[in-house]
Amino acid sequence: MPTHRLPIQGATCQGCANKIRAALATVPGADEIHVDLDQQRVTVEGSADHDALTRALANSGYGAGTDHSDAGITDADMSGAAASDDDIQLAITGATCASCVRSIETALGGVEGVRDASMNLADHSARVSGQAAPRALIRAVESAGYGASVIDDPRHADQEREQREQAHYRQLLRHTGYGLGVGVPLMIWGLAGGSMTVQPGTVSQALWLAVGLITLAVLAFPGRSFFVGAWKAFRHHNANMDTLIAVGTGTAWLYSMAVVLAPGLLPEAARHVYFEASAMIIGLISLGQALEVRARGKTSAAVKRLLDLRAKTARVLRADGEQDVPVEQVQAGDRIRVRPGEKIAVDGDVEEGSSRLDESMLTGEPMPVSKAPGDSVSAGTLNEGGTLIYRATRVGADTALARIIDLVKKAQGTKPAIGRLADQVSAVFVPTIMLIAIAAALVWFNVGPQPPFSHMMVAATTVLIIACPCALGLATPMSVMVGVGKAAEHGILIRQGEALQTAASLDTVVLDKTGTITEGRPSLTRILTADGEHEEDILRLAASLETGSEHPLARAILEAAETRGVTTDAVSDFQALNGKGVRATLDGHTLRLGNRRWLEQEGITLALEDQATNLSNEAATPLFLARDDRILGVLGVSDRIKADAAEAIRRLRDRGLTVIMITGDIQATADAIARQAGVDQVLAEVLPEDKAREVTRLQQQGRKVAMVGDGINDAPALAQADVGFAIGTGTDVAIESASITLMSGSLHGVADAMAISRATLGNIKQNLFGAFVYNSLGVPVAAGLLYPFTGWLLSPVIAGAAMSLSSVTVVSNANRLRFFKPNKADRRTADGSTAS
Amino acid sequence: MNWLINLSGLALMALIVWWFWLAGSGKARRATGGAVDIIVDDGVYEPAVIESNAGEPLTLRFERRDASPCAEQVVFHGLDVSEPLAVGETTTVTLTPEQPGTYRFTCQMNMYQGKLIVH
Repeated sequence: MPTHRLPIQGATCQGCANKIRAALATVPGADEIHVDLDQQRVTVEGSADHDALTRALANSGYGAGTDHSDAGITDADMSGAAASDDDIQLAITGATCASCVRSIETALGGVEGVRDASMNLADHSARVSGQAAPRALIRAVESAGYGASVIDDPRHADQEREQREQAHYRQLLRHTGYGLGVGVPLMIWGLAGGSMTVQPGTVSQALWLAVGLITLAVLAFPGRSFFVGAWKAFRHHNANMDTLIAVGTGTAWLYSMAVVLAPGLLPEAARHVYFEASAMIIGLISLGQALEVRARGKTSAAVKRLLDLRAKTARVLRADGEQDVPVEQVQAGDRIRVRPGEKIAVDGDVEEGSSRLDESMLTGEPMPVSKAPGDSVSAGTLNEGGTLIYRATRVGADTALARIIDLVKKAQGTKPAIGRLADQVSAVFVPTIMLIAIAAALVWFNVGPQPPFSHMMVAATTVLIIACPCALGLATPMSVMVGVGKAAEHGILIRQGEALQTAASLDTVVLDKTGTITEGRPSLTRILTADGEHEEDILRLAASLETGSEHPLARAILEAAETRGVTTDAVSDFQALNGKGVRATLDGHTLRLGNRRWLEQEGITLALEDQATNLSNEAATPLFLARDDRILGVLGVSDRIKADAAEAIRRLRDRGLTVIMITGDIQATADAIARQAGVDQVLAEVLPEDKAREVTRLQQQGRKVAMVGDGINDAPALAQADVGFAIGTGTDVAIESASITLMSGSLHGVADAMAISRATLGNIKQNLFGAFVYNSLGVPVAAGLLYPFTGWLLSPVIAGAAMSLSSVTVVSNANRLRFFKPNKADRRTADGSTAS
Repeated sequence: MNWLINLSGLALMALIVWWFWLAGSGKARRATGGAVDIIVDDGVYEPAVIESNAGEPLTLRFERRDASPCAEQVVFHGLDVSEPLAVGETTTVTLTPEQPGTYRFTCQMNMYQGKLIVH
């Protein structure tokens, strides 16, 4: 086996050695790698190519003679990203020792435009001043073997983005002004009866030449982007909206210019100029784009709102005191203080203090949630009460908020199947329209009236301009964007656009019992007392017995005692008997709390038996409390149904859905819960692994099935269902496990999600219908189909106006969805949206 | 004269069919391990055709220079990947196509068009 020995330099610590090993391990055939820091040498055994090893080593930044400064940076990188005069701050990863600092600083210093670069190993950041492109800096650090990313001041970045969008909007308005400024006077001249024809050898010819040149300026400056875009797309064998506009306006201008320069070539009736059309079209389409920019800003409002939830800074407690640091620099394990009225910066666990947090922005749940040590908090939620100190557990892109933002953004880009036809059409749309335009021109030429040339030109130009691929392409995504965003506002995370479509057509909802219909943990629901006993005393004795016990039933009793303000007494000789109950001594008496059979075995005469049986029928577990050999009372502990479950199930049934409860409980218990919840059907005694099979069985009956469960135990059933709803409390729910996640624990989310889906789907249908009808009516009319019957031939100017209106209409219609209220929709009978 | 115009019209139509549909779609950029930088400007992705291997993670860096809303989002059809692009910024998209095939990536309106060929 060959051995390669390569010299290294600058590696002084184990971290550097790891980097080198990792870099060399990527070379095929490098079987064993030894890094000798003392000798500054690396030995590689295996069949690897020597040159490849040298290259990998050089790329790692530790090759002897490696010059970090020129590592893979081209001129394009330098000019590409916006060079700014500000300091750039980079977050550096992988740097562990002082020599790493030196090699990073050298690498950064070698980038063109860098005046000064300094790295701070303590907080793993580097500050670069000068005029360097951020990308070139990142490349330089990466080729030195470390990772880097730009630390944005989010506020600054947002402002910049807004400024850029504003600038684009103003530019479009300016273009509109120029286009219409030239086009409108010409049009008025024409409409007022002024001659639009050219007489050879007269002053009019020279005047029209001047107008032609002014129009050329409109095409060349405000219209420049259309022509550049058309040309670039053409070179890529692509055709887009720019192509249509460039070819349309270009054709009108060229024809008019031919008329001006050589009127003699054309019959007198064809010596009409169409400069006003070119200028007007550029103006109108710029106007349409400007309106669209405005309308679009609103469609992404939901994501913007989520982004705004991010805190900018966090007050980190360090050994040397408290410090406000940018949230990007907070690391897992940091202790953070959050004061009343402030936002939680990163996910964490409360260590000190207690407060109430408003989590509605994430869960849609309006009630504030109490937080005490041990509870977890989520980034983006608002502290309403006291001061909390919490330890960061998840930071940056790992926080629930970041994951939600990511999920919503991704889902907004996906398309339900209904949009696929539009996609297929728009992929071949533009070349097809060009073919139609030429065909129309040829028909006019061969069978049209005199003069043929101007009619040919008008028909072809109008076809090119009126066709709007944008409306078609925008119809689905705009509605999905608004719909998914709307759902997120209600604490409903939709993972794919596909789920929107399926959720609208469901007819059966399968609800898991535990944690979905019920709260998922037992609570004390009833206290039965023997003659002469008080509820409070029974609760105090039971709670005293259970103090310190971790059993879920014990916790239910202790919680009840705490809420009712019942104090407990210290007991002695505590004994927990698995599956039976607990026993202890208090004031010389033996207290027992446990199930019926155990107490009987202990020789205690039972009382309250009939009432206890009733408890069992209501799906509660009766626990008998005895002092010495007398029964004092019975405590009923049950997994209560959620406060709003029955109401939410009623909403689902009102929508015409069959609601089925599925559970592993025995039939009697299941029936008891089912009665309280008001479901149509119960599937009891189903083993967890059989839930998916039950869903399949329902699907085989031809039903469209939604499964609602906790996302962890029910994952197979959720996956099997047509739409899986994972229901969670708070933000720790596994959002990747189902196609729709309900952040709040409420079942209302299922009905809300369906209402939003139906409304969105309805909106998409309106948009698609509008776009298809627009194009399939507009194009034939523009081609002159109505001419033989009515003598109508559209003007290219009207086509330009129609085209820019059509895409604005689609975006505006999608925007209407923003005002949709899912819980009000239930009172309507139609599909939740009104026709426009 | 008449036949000349008709003939050139038909020839133009044939040319359109050939150029946009039959003649392939320009040079492909092969992604080998590293990232591919894609410039989003003037209605086209540059480069517009990316080649990669199935199962290999692929990093695409989209630099959006075009401020018009068309360019706002890049959608990879059939891969369930989409990413909003911020104007004037570079957005990194990482994906690992598992199945060989040709995947289109476009803006929402299908005006920007690109192809990802997975071998």
